[in-house]
Amino acid sequence: MAVSEDKPTRARLISGPGILLVWLYGVMVVGAVSRSAYQIATEFDRAPLAYSLSAVAGLVYGFITYTLVRGGETARKAARVCCAAELAGVLTVGTWTMVEPSAFPDATVWSDFGMGYVFIPVLLPVSALYWLRKNARRGDAA
Amino acid sequence: MFDALTLVTGVAALLLAAWCGWAAYRDQPTKDWHFIGMAVVTVLALVQLVVGIVLLARGEKPEQGTTIFVAYLLGSFACVPAAGFMSLAERSKWGSVTVAAGGVVLAVLEVRLYDIWGG
Repeated sequence: MAVSEDKPTRARLISGPGILLVWLYGVMVVGAVSRSAYQIATEFDRAPLAYSLSAVAGLVYGFITYTLVRGGETARKAARVCCAAELAGVLTVGTWTMVEPSAFPDATVWSDFGMGYVFIPVLLPVSALYWLRKNARRGDAA
Repeated sequence: MFDALTLVTGVAALLLAAWCGWAAYRDQPTKDWHFIGMAVVTVLALVQLVVGIVLLARGEKPEQGTTIFVAYLLGSFACVPAAGFMSLAERSKWGSVTVAAGGVVLAVLEVRLYDIWGG
């Protein structure tokens, strides 16, 4: 399968539904990074934990977007790990904000399972993991 | 003035989303007409950006802060063109879905802009 003429395309991850994932991840990158940058710059003391988490979320989103666009086997594995980490993050922070709201004086992108973002934060990693799995199977078959 | 523009842009974004969603439903990629639609929505967002900056320059203050206001204006201007370029790269119904998602995102941004301006 891995002949030389395959090289320039490098088993693109983004074709079909993948393009939608890249778009939504791109939106989340802009949302999370710009939000945390603004909040850390102006009012970090008010809710350091929440703002740092938003920043971390932004970085994770950025990395996933990059790996999705880049494609290839290594990138696919990396994207998978990051999506799993992201899902774990959303679930942890989501539960945490429900159980103990006082830890978060201000919302993060992951608060209440991403309710403020139409639940996109919790839906994205699930669909991305599904997509990566399906893609891998197709790759094996080829 | 600004609120009316926000409303018009938001409605136009939703119409674009519905239109491209329809194309996706019929298993079609985005076509020239869709790109003209995207251009119209983008021009609206650009007008909004310019009007917003003019209002700021005349000394009006958005309720939730100037920085956030400008950031959202820029975001809503970039939103639909970005989705449009991605649909150029993906010539299938998924390109149409992406533009539809872009329209929805822009509509959400407009709702936020309305709050930020303090309508």
